[in-house]
Amino acid sequence: MTTAVEFGRSERQEPYPGPLLEVRDLHVEFKTRDGVAKAVNGVNYTVSAGETLAVLGESGSGKSVTAQAIMGILDMPPARIPQGEILYRGQDLLKMGREERRRIRGQRIAMIFQDALSSLNPVLSVGHQLGEMFRAHRGASRAEAKARSIELMDRVRIPAAKDRVSDYPHQFSGGMRQRIMIAMALALEPDLIIADEPTTALDVTVQAQVMDLLAELQAEYHMGLILITHDLGVVADVADKIAVMYAGRIVETAPVHELYASPAHPYTRGLLDSIPRLDQKGQELYAIKGLPPNLLRIPPGCAFNPRCPRAQEICRQEVPRLFDVTAADGTPAPGRGSACFFWKETLDDA
Amino acid sequence: MPDVHDENDPKPLPPPGSGHLDYVGNQGLLVEQDTLIEPDPAKREEARSLWGDAWRDLRRQPIFILSALLIVLLVIIAIFPGLFTNANPRQANLAKDFLRPPDWTDFFGAGWWGYDGQGRSVYARVLYGARASITVGICVTLAVTVLGGLAGMAAGFFGGWVDSVLSRVIDIFFGIPLLLGCLVLLNAFTTRTVWTVVLALAVLGWTQIARVMRGAVITVKQADYVVAGKALGAGTNRLMFRHILPNALAPVIVVATIALGGYITAEATLSFLGIGLQDPTISWGVDISSAQKVIRQAPYVLFFPAAALSVTVLAFIMMGDAVRDALDPKLR
Amino acid sequence: MGSYIIRRVLQMIPVFLGATFLIFVMVYALPGDPIAAMFGDKAADPAQVASLRHKYYLDQPLWKQYLHYMNNLFHLDFGTSFTGRSVADIMADAFPVTIRLALVAFFFEIVVGLPLGVLSGLKRGTIWDTLVLIITLLVISIPVFVLGYIAQTVFATDLGWVTPTVQDSEDITQLILPGAVLAALSLAYVARLTRTSIGENLRADYIRTATAKGLPRRTIVTRHLLRNSLIPVVTFLGTDLGALMGGAIVTEGIFNIKGVGNILYRAIGQKEGPTVVGIVTVLVVVYLVASLLVDLLYAVLDPRIRYA
Repeated sequence: MTTAVEFGRSERQEPYPGPLLEVRDLHVEFKTRDGVAKAVNGVNYTVSAGETLAVLGESGSGKSVTAQAIMGILDMPPARIPQGEILYRGQDLLKMGREERRRIRGQRIAMIFQDALSSLNPVLSVGHQLGEMFRAHRGASRAEAKARSIELMDRVRIPAAKDRVSDYPHQFSGGMRQRIMIAMALALEPDLIIADEPTTALDVTVQAQVMDLLAELQAEYHMGLILITHDLGVVADVADKIAVMYAGRIVETAPVHELYASPAHPYTRGLLDSIPRLDQKGQELYAIKGLPPNLLRIPPGCAFNPRCPRAQEICRQEVPRLFDVTAADGTPAPGRGSACFFWKETLDDA
Repeated sequence: MPDVHDENDPKPLPPPGSGHLDYVGNQGLLVEQDTLIEPDPAKREEARSLWGDAWRDLRRQPIFILSALLIVLLVIIAIFPGLFTNANPRQANLAKDFLRPPDWTDFFGAGWWGYDGQGRSVYARVLYGARASITVGICVTLAVTVLGGLAGMAAGFFGGWVDSVLSRVIDIFFGIPLLLGCLVLLNAFTTRTVWTVVLALAVLGWTQIARVMRGAVITVKQADYVVAGKALGAGTNRLMFRHILPNALAPVIVVATIALGGYITAEATLSFLGIGLQDPTISWGVDISSAQKVIRQAPYVLFFPAAALSVTVLAFIMMGDAVRDALDPKLR
Repeated sequence: MGSYIIRRVLQMIPVFLGATFLIFVMVYALPGDPIAAMFGDKAADPAQVASLRHKYYLDQPLWKQYLHYMNNLFHLDFGTSFTGRSVADIMADAFPVTIRLALVAFFFEIVVGLPLGVLSGLKRGTIWDTLVLIITLLVISIPVFVLGYIAQTVFATDLGWVTPTVQDSEDITQLILPGAVLAALSLAYVARLTRTSIGENLRADYIRTATAKGLPRRTIVTRHLLRNSLIPVVTFLGTDLGALMGGAIVTEGIFNIKGVGNILYRAIGQKEGPTVVGIVTVLVVVYLVASLLVDLLYAVLDPRIRYA
């Protein structure tokens, strides 16, 4: 098993002392027919080796756009990055040349997409698509690439890999396809994997298997993992810390268990309350009122204020910065932050 | 596109509504945002309907505006050619006007674009020739849309043996090239008018729309809202005309608009070959054919009807293109 | 796969019979007397007319004529034209000419149409794209007989590069101009179809994946984008090649090429029933076989398609 991905190991980077990835004040906007949509409005986060960051949010919250900006796969135009830095091992990806950037993609930072069926090329065999990683980045021969592909498929526990390497994506089940996506991301042993809703398209039973596999491989290779999801249930077991996004901003960050135990932002609170729970059987399920904001016209002040049960005048006027959150007794809570003027009150409610 | 075969249809149709709406893909993202943008309920209503959206889109498209204006102008010329000239297109003065070159100062006059080999005003003949082209184009399109539309709808909606029989009939007509079939058919008539030509083109040309309609109905039939309608006990007529037809119409309209230009070309080609329109009907195709003999001495006799024909076809094709782009959300 | 082909061939039978019967009806049942046409303006001897009618089964009911024809066809006998020449002979002369012309036209479609479409699709929104769109739109709008005249006048009469009409259809250089004219419309379609297909595939998720894998742009374009985008184009080309084999009435007429289209046009005018029906029968078969081959080709190109 340990020899599985040895081919890539020679290029493996030395451990980096600081955070592997640091996103600083990132802004992304899209030109649309109706104006400029502000998809990401000043996002900050860091991921270190071996760490899992879960980014949580509804569709349109900017979580995926941030990931695509990191990968450098946004279509520009219509997308534009007016401001911000994305530091990978201390180097700003946004200032790199095209070729330099390409070498990082797939090799150092890899991405797993949601819908493996449409994300894999329908007319090329999975072996070809896996092998491409070695051929493009390592100059491997055809035969070598095929051998590596079989090893990779074994590694993600696809049965009868040798026989199936020439099959096409549509011939695999949803779970197996997602394993192939994972194998592809893992091929060159990157430092960092971004998984964008990796299990959303799968059946619940398969979801757990795929998630476990991902977590296991991440631990084994000591990679950083950014897990993008809208599903609170998925993150609880695997994430170390969580960033909750709303309207292109991070509204709350916290170590995973603290967030569940005591949310410090009304939006997070609303999300947690809207999970069905067995002990509340028979009661009406809580739902956050209103709709996600229009990205062309984000409300002034805190973007969540029209939907917030706690909104005051200040929320309509001033954009709250990410306040440091301390525990109820005043002791500092490292890693916790909330972009709510009333984080203390929200915390006390719990 | 090639032949579309009933149950063997090899082209996988995407399930309805499978546009990449939910996750971020290059363009998928914009679609995703479109659904989030537009908080104002009144405006959202407009944006959510395919037709409303398409219309909003079309009004801003210069290509659409240009082609619409051209078509309006052509239709006016076709109905009232006399508005644009006093000259008589059939008046021939061989002695005086044989191949008299254009007189560029004679605006809107008989001699503006010169005279043809029989001493007739080219300008007047081009204007009066519009009627045949436009009539054939519009009437054939209407006829094939009704004929093909009904056949395709029946085949797609009822399926089973109805579909098998209709599909074979469609295949049979499809197997005979349109132009060739029309030549054979029209050759049987010694006197041919606009209506003979319309008949021939419609009888042999309805299959294209039938295939498109059949495909569209089958796709729509599998859509969740139609299944839901059925489950709720909606009757056959109601299902067909309230739920399926409006949603299957978009591709039919697109194909019909583009085909209209094709029918105009077909009429001109038949007339050019001498098996289409004949005197006294004035046809660009016939005029282009007779201009062939004098192309060396008087190229303008060929140029003007040819240009008129091309511009007319162009107008309808541009219109079809614009409508397709507007109705096909995939291409946004 | 085998059973699919058998089923398709079985389905072809009613279509073949229907299409040939349809053309049979159009040729023989509609008004117009071919025997009278044979004599032209001369007064015909009634006895001679009657014997000719009998010879060509024209005195029989239509369905009997059709059955008789099909029976002969089954023995590969296409009958004789009213001029006494065997229809098989006529076709043996005409088809090679048409096939040569078709191949020249097909060559233009691939060599010119495809690259234009790729250029336009990849450079979407640029001046190149606009240029290709405008040119193809013009080519689609201008009827082929106008295009043919213009080409003939400019290249043959004015510039004198080629002879206005084709003297020797075995000389491929003489077929270049007519081939280009014949190709023009399909060439424009190929370019537009390629462009649209590339545009759709550029937005596909698997292209995003290929980018995220850090593949060089050239690999993304050739291995992923083109491989997928060309599937509908190749199937269009296949169908079109089938159509081109059917001859081109207008182009062959303008350049006086003695191909299928030319023969057919004359035969229709002279009400040469046996020749018209014979050629159309072959054309229907060509069409049916071509569409089957295109569907099979589709399955080869797209592994998702499996016929059972």
